[in-house]
Amino acid sequence: MKTTSIMFVGVGGQGTLLASRIVGHVLLEQGFDTKVSEVHGMSQRGGSVTTYVKYGDKVHSPIVDTGEADYIVGFEQMEAARWLPYLAKGGKMLINTQKLPPMPVITGATQYNQDIVGKIESAGVGVVSLDALELAEKAGSPRSVNVVMMGSLSRELGFEEKLWIEAIRACSPPVALECNLKAFEFGRNSITV
Amino acid sequence: MPKKSLMLGNHAIARGLYEAGVTVVSSYPGTPSTEITFATAQYKDVMHAEWSPNEKVSCEVAVGASVAGARSFTGMKHVGLNVASDPLYTFSYSGVGGGLVIAIADDPGMHSSQNEQDSRRHAIASKCLMLEPADSRECLEFTKKAYDLSEEYDVPVLIRLSTRISHSQGIVELNERVERKLPDYKKDAAKFVMMPAFARGRRVVVDERERKLAEYAEVTPLNVIEDNNSDIGIICAGTTYQYSKEALGDKANYLKLGMVNPLPTELIKKFAEKVKTLYIAEEMDPIIEQHCKAIGLEVKGKEVFPRIGEYSQSIIRKAVSGESFESNDFCEPITVRPPVMCAGCSHRGLFYVLGKLGVMVNGDIGCYTLGATPPLSAMDTCICMGAGVSALHGFNIARRRSGEEPGKTPAIGIVGDSTFVHSGITGLINIVYNQSNSVVIIADNSITGMTGGQNTPANGRDIYGNSAPSIDLELMCKACGVNRVTVINPGDIEECERIIRQELEAGEASVIIARKPCSLLKTFEKKPPLQVTPEKCTGCKICLKICCPALSFTDKKATVNQTLCVGCGVCSKACKFGAFTGGKNS
Repeated sequence: MKTTSIMFVGVGGQGTLLASRIVGHVLLEQGFDTKVSEVHGMSQRGGSVTTYVKYGDKVHSPIVDTGEADYIVGFEQMEAARWLPYLAKGGKMLINTQKLPPMPVITGATQYNQDIVGKIESAGVGVVSLDALELAEKAGSPRSVNVVMMGSLSRELGFEEKLWIEAIRACSPPVALECNLKAFEFGRNSITV
Repeated sequence: MPKKSLMLGNHAIARGLYEAGVTVVSSYPGTPSTEITFATAQYKDVMHAEWSPNEKVSCEVAVGASVAGARSFTGMKHVGLNVASDPLYTFSYSGVGGGLVIAIADDPGMHSSQNEQDSRRHAIASKCLMLEPADSRECLEFTKKAYDLSEEYDVPVLIRLSTRISHSQGIVELNERVERKLPDYKKDAAKFVMMPAFARGRRVVVDERERKLAEYAEVTPLNVIEDNNSDIGIICAGTTYQYSKEALGDKANYLKLGMVNPLPTELIKKFAEKVKTLYIAEEMDPIIEQHCKAIGLEVKGKEVFPRIGEYSQSIIRKAVSGESFESNDFCEPITVRPPVMCAGCSHRGLFYVLGKLGVMVNGDIGCYTLGATPPLSAMDTCICMGAGVSALHGFNIARRRSGEEPGKTPAIGIVGDSTFVHSGITGLINIVYNQSNSVVIIADNSITGMTGGQNTPANGRDIYGNSAPSIDLELMCKACGVNRVTVINPGDIEECERIIRQELEAGEASVIIARKPCSLLKTFEKKPPLQVTPEKCTGCKICLKICCPALSFTDKKATVNQTLCVGCGVCSKACKFGAFTGGKNS
């Protein structure tokens, strides 16, 4: 089978690493060749971060390049827009509508882009947008935004739900487990806000 | 059937160390290598792991363990090998007792590094064997193979990694550990005492070893030829093999080099004979390319591939076949998102003050390097570990020698606690001994922060998190001959400003220890988030100059992100109108 490429894009500290480990766990259980590429170090300090997840019969490159991603999971609006060129023709974007202003916006040097989701849609891209922060807070912690997004992604990838639940159990710190399981359900059952 | 697991390349190396029967691991943290050593801590029943003060020390620890007959390991980032190269270059002459393997993680594209050096240069110069795995499975397998080769050829073996190999997870097969019995110690001065008379003898042995390794490079199963289509031939290693395979699949023949020093000659010639056009795909320096040209082959290397940065499948595809994928562009520019100090970061108040004072700041390597970015913009140099201390001395001496009046160009050095122990102490001794009257700030956040929070010799915890003896930074500075040592709270910006001004005017060597724990530590005590009283906020934006990701400006007033704020209160101290309440100031 053809390799499927997914990108998680967000802001350092939003938990893209845990998200990628959950998906990696599911894919390993499914028996796919899998590669998950992470970013550590400096950009984890509030910078723009990307994580790549690829699976198929045989995966070579661990990274996703311009025009290759079947799915981009945007943990933050501006980051979703930044990585749009990496989406393949016919690819789909899942976007958390949360806004985290970068330092040049905070200091007033530039503005946060307006109506990002609308502009991505008008480029002819399929978009699922949800307020993952609100759902995460409803689940018990704003830190569960990452797992809400995995719930949304799980609908797209279509593996058995119980595999995802097992992966969340395996990857979550014990104190966050209950909240993460709820967050996953909320993300999985949300359609578009 | 062996158990399968999805592992980072770095974790796979750690697993390889476990399976190979390694018993001693010593490293200093450095992105992208840190997780190797951190992961070995899980095998504490069978191997000793430690964070040492710097890479020279850790390499020498591994050398000593090898002399003792044990299989030993040290891992580091590319620039760490500069620090460790002194023991390496000479121990290469001695050869090993138990197998010695050093993993070096290069960082093409400089994701988290100050330069883009190619560690293969060190392998050539130190005359050591170097392997380059291309995925997690090979990280594990090559690590085990490296120990066999180290002992068979009596040579330290280097494993070259890169960010994408170290930090990509791939599937590995897990096997059992093979225990080795430590042999009785036997003295062998001619092998291990590298004084001139013995070193001359070993130099001849090394020469013969190089010949044998070159022969091995021709036949090793680590170098693999894949025949698919002889129109295009690609010589590659590590990441560039994966990028090439993804870009070209069966449209090319491949010579995948798993052993990158020494390089084979006959194998490459044999591969070259069969193909019409021969490409060399290698990130960073054209080392394989120069080797091919030296043996008389016509190749396409850096003339078609970039000399700078990371490669990818599209770079290979475009250079070889001219094809590229279509992509969507967002319709307007998107603001960059540079990394910033975390909310509650202990360094924030200090750099706010340094920026305000406008002093020349000799920076160093660590989270506090983020003090260089706007709006803090409070750093003038960042070179390498320890230079924040040593280069300050040179700066001050040069200004003074030119006859400049004292205080005209005030300068300070800044170094983290972990970096100070790594290589700041020697610079401080030089400041005292050679009397430049310099002022050094140790930004002590009780952790090695940027690499993800490793314990240090100065924070009282070992790699396992157990209690450990700790050096006392104040006593250490005094023992170096500094009479003026002051401890301040960097969150208190008034105190920071007063003490820095005072010490700059003191006219003698001085150390200011700015002590406050990293806000990412589990022990960090969060306070309730601050609130803005809108009537008191005048919209002057001075609070935005502290560069806090929890602050923003909406409807002409400052606002605090209630999720991110940890209540450190630096903003409330910067505000002249008392607009912030709560947090530490409540």
